[in-house]
Amino acid sequence: MVVDRLIDETVDGLFRSLADPTRRDILRRCGRGQLSVSQLAVCYPMSFAAVQKHVAVLEKAELVTKERKGREQLVRGKVETIRTAGRLLEELEVVWRGRIDRIEQILGDEKRGSRK
Amino acid sequence: MTVKSVTKDPEALTMTISVELDATAERAWQLWADPRQLERWWGPPTYPATVVDHDLVAGGGGTYFMTSPEGEKFHGWWEVISADPPKRLELRDGFADDSGKRNDEMPVTVMTMTLDEIDSARTLMTIESRFPSKEDMERLIEMGMEEGIKEALGQIDAILAGDATSG
Repeated sequence: MVVDRLIDETVDGLFRSLADPTRRDILRRCGRGQLSVSQLAVCYPMSFAAVQKHVAVLEKAELVTKERKGREQLVRGKVETIRTAGRLLEELEVVWRGRIDRIEQILGDEKRGSRK
Repeated sequence: MTVKSVTKDPEALTMTISVELDATAERAWQLWADPRQLERWWGPPTYPATVVDHDLVAGGGGTYFMTSPEGEKFHGWWEVISADPPKRLELRDGFADDSGKRNDEMPVTVMTMTLDEIDSARTLMTIESRFPSKEDMERLIEMGMEEGIKEALGQIDAILAGDATSG
């Protein structure tokens, strides 16, 4: 459905990127300052490349920025992105669109039931 | 889909959504007033809501909780500011602790719902959600973001599941 697609496109990147516990943790750690990818890699039982992939997903969703400094790649949480009022209102819209879908389902079921 | 409009005002900290429902205002009011009906739409399928107490009169209110797929419960409360059935409902929606007691540390959202009959079979339902302050909004994001995201993800999952069965 068109609206579903629209919701998907609007929030897809954000929600998908935050669906993973490692990425949420990376975001929490970088929210308090910047950390290098190698510093982050120490925190998780996975390869450097795997952590780098997680960072790339967050970067694509504009939740972190990555900057190269010498041999290090520094990751910084873009807290302002998350913190914007617009972002929360967007989230709220998704919640309400879900609720409205369910309300319509209830009313629709009723109509179908009474027609039988 | 009958969502008529969505307005987001980051300055006023409000989000307003209106929808045209195939129902009379009386019928639409019951979606809010009847706890069993409210339970069917308030929480997403992955986070179903259970209404504990419910009384839609000014000064009244209610308590509810939402259960995560892991069985974790997230408690909330409503406080009715004004109720004019079947036209208008204004309430505060907040968080509660595990025992269902109000958690006043957490920000409270003010919600205004209005029902306007278009004709004998259709009603325009408008819901306005208002956050108390930018600071509260920020705290809500920090503390409640994960829950909200889980909620949204549940919906996205449902959308994807729907696509898979229809396609």
